[in-house]
Amino acid sequence: MSSAPSRPAAAAWVTPLRSWAGSDFFVLVLSAVYFLILTPLAPGFASTGNALSLITSLLPLLLLAVGQTWVLVSGGIDLSVTATIALTSVLGGLAVNEVSGWLGSGPFAIPGAILLMLAAGAGVGFLNGLAIARLRMPPFMVTLTSLMFFSGVAVWLTQSQPIGSLPPTFTAFGGRLGWALPVAALLTWVAHLGLSRTVLGRWLYAVGQNARTAEVSGVPVRTVTVCAYVVSGLLAAVASLFLTGQAETASPVLGQRMLLDVIAATVIGGVSLYGGQGRILGVLFGVLFIRLIDNSLNLLGLNFTLILMTKGAVILLAAWLDGWRRQLARMA
Amino acid sequence: MTPVASSHAPVRLQFDGLQKSFFGVPVLRSVSFSVRAGAITALVGENGAGKSTLMNLLGGNLTPDAGQILLEGQPHRPRTPAEAQRAGIAFVHQELNLFGNLSVAENLCLDGFPLQGSPDAATSSGLGWINRPALQLLARNRLDLVGLKLDPNTPLHRLSSGERQLVEIAKALGRHPRVLILDEPTTSLSAPECSRLFALMRELRSEGLALIFISHSLSDVLREADDLVILRDGAVVAQGPCRDFSSQQLITHMVGRTLEQLFPPRDSKRSLRQDVPCLEVRNVTQPGIVRDISFTLHSGEILGMAGLMGAGRSELARILFGLDPHASGEIRIGGELARPGPRGRIQQGVGFLTEDRRGDGLSLESSIADNMTLVSLPQLARTAIGWLDPTTLRQTVQTIRESVRLTATARDEQPVKTLSGGNQQKVVLAKWLLTRPKVLILDEPTRGIDVGAKYEIYQLIHQLADQGAGILVISSEIEELLGLCDRLLVLAKGQIRAELPRAEFQQERILAAALPA
Repeated sequence: MSSAPSRPAAAAWVTPLRSWAGSDFFVLVLSAVYFLILTPLAPGFASTGNALSLITSLLPLLLLAVGQTWVLVSGGIDLSVTATIALTSVLGGLAVNEVSGWLGSGPFAIPGAILLMLAAGAGVGFLNGLAIARLRMPPFMVTLTSLMFFSGVAVWLTQSQPIGSLPPTFTAFGGRLGWALPVAALLTWVAHLGLSRTVLGRWLYAVGQNARTAEVSGVPVRTVTVCAYVVSGLLAAVASLFLTGQAETASPVLGQRMLLDVIAATVIGGVSLYGGQGRILGVLFGVLFIRLIDNSLNLLGLNFTLILMTKGAVILLAAWLDGWRRQLARMA
Repeated sequence: MTPVASSHAPVRLQFDGLQKSFFGVPVLRSVSFSVRAGAITALVGENGAGKSTLMNLLGGNLTPDAGQILLEGQPHRPRTPAEAQRAGIAFVHQELNLFGNLSVAENLCLDGFPLQGSPDAATSSGLGWINRPALQLLARNRLDLVGLKLDPNTPLHRLSSGERQLVEIAKALGRHPRVLILDEPTTSLSAPECSRLFALMRELRSEGLALIFISHSLSDVLREADDLVILRDGAVVAQGPCRDFSSQQLITHMVGRTLEQLFPPRDSKRSLRQDVPCLEVRNVTQPGIVRDISFTLHSGEILGMAGLMGAGRSELARILFGLDPHASGEIRIGGELARPGPRGRIQQGVGFLTEDRRGDGLSLESSIADNMTLVSLPQLARTAIGWLDPTTLRQTVQTIRESVRLTATARDEQPVKTLSGGNQQKVVLAKWLLTRPKVLILDEPTRGIDVGAKYEIYQLIHQLADQGAGILVISSEIEELLGLCDRLLVLAKGQIRAELPRAEFQQERILAAALPA
């Protein structure tokens, strides 16, 4: 009834609140709040050493989430990334190990192994994309079955044995922060620019929003779809390089439990599961938030099952807050 | 058809000084009028005139700031849509509220299934076993109300749009309403389906129901309604018996200014270049869709395509744009053989405004800017990797939105779903104008758009033709084709049945050719 007279007073605080609620920085603020609350509780949470370990564990997840963002924006989903990690890790290990590596120990062994991993990652993505775009199969089914299939291939290739004796130069790529951080930062930056500043990026959003309109508007829908999965596969291969380096062994079960973290990080970072919406900056903060939770709960000395339960609850809370702020941002 | 309702019929519904503002902006300023029982009251006005707000007040979605609604003399103050429904207000919406995956019978009884043990009492508690035989019976009774003879077990998605519209009305009638509101009921109906709907409306009127008919089709309104209420800027600007209004007066009241005519004057000789064909179609055939289609579209020409729904016009448009295949025949664009797919056609300078604006014309959730630039992104990119410069994009959008006269209040980054139909269509036009098309195919360019915005879209079409583009217009409104086009093709059953130059434009000849022999 009295909406008209009270309007000027309301507008004074509603407008900045709305613009803040609509921005990508919401999750960053959420992370900061979480950090401040947990610092006095978790011993060593705010130490430099912990920050480094946090960043180390954050980078592979970041790369996976960035790839997933491309796919989600195009209106699909990529469940096969953890299988891609396992497959490429095993292929890299088989190619470059010092005992029986396919590529021996020449100067081209390590670049060759990395290229092989990237090619395999891109290959898995290409197959996924082809099945989805050409055969018009649902992304969920295609990537779920390729998750099963390539996990199987990775185990079969190694007879479920981890591969050790990797050359230190090879593991340094992922294991040493001095390498991994700039590489991950560069790839994230390029993926961000690709999505926000190029024709391909605009096309990805268009296909994710409304594929029929995109087709009528001359967007090469199938090529764009395949591109998204290839990028996801490529970034999964790089994540695999990092994880293999950190573990100093190639393993067919590497990254096995990361899939739900990837999905949670992207969705909390503001990417829509229905396609056409999401930005890399938000995803960066989503990844930070997920890894902060993991890290702090580890420091609290909780056991594995308790960590899982707490993490589930915190993510649910974050998703609820996120829904609330979206509503706030939408209010006319 | 002379109205049978006497002007002394009892008042069923009365709006009395209704006012409503949103954030201090008045959308209804003291609206008063009455709706008689046993009469069809047409409510017309441009988009944004306040029709939807008025209906939302009646339907319990909103509450008025001041004034009241009287239903048979009693105050009607619904707080929820369910309350309005119980009071006897029934809506048939433009976007149908039906479920394609359920059967006709289930759709009809969704708000209260007859249960085992109590076949008459419909409950909505959601518990209990459905009494299937009683459901059949109930559904059949309701279908009889609208004269639909079909098996109630048919899945709804198998029905034509006309049949769905009738099911929706049957569902509304099943609640024994006192007032029935039909909001744009004819937008997706073919001509025979429309006349069937109008016959039903007349029947319901003679049974004493009060009907409110909301429509953009002024000829339908003047032909079918008894009373007329014209809204403009949230106020009633004119009301009275329909026979007191001419089409011209009606438009003047709605728009608030005198439109010279419905259509901008067209001097085809000025732009038409008979010697420059821009689209040549030779013997194009696709079995079951179109047969042996041949015609030539010239530079600067506006060529109309008339026909009934299902004559194959939209299907032909999709073939011409490369979205659907054709088995034989040849399509040439600017003398050159058509390149495959929509991408190939766009490269050759063809544009296509589709019939289904929401389905494949726009990305509703995307911004105005993103929608406008979608087709021309490759041209706007600077380098081979497709780098886009935000400043270039912004300037491009700025220029084109001015030239299509998009409403100045909309921001570039606003989602297009927040725009009115007319402005949405301007966004689609802007999208294609940015490509500087040589051939533009327009399928129902003014569907669901108010009179003022229609005029502006016609002007844009003229401008484009004057600049040398060839334009193919498909429309179900014959008046529109007569007013806009230089030449007409009439399609029936997938074939061209007649070709008429402007001098021979006659509604009767078009209809005769369009009707299947």
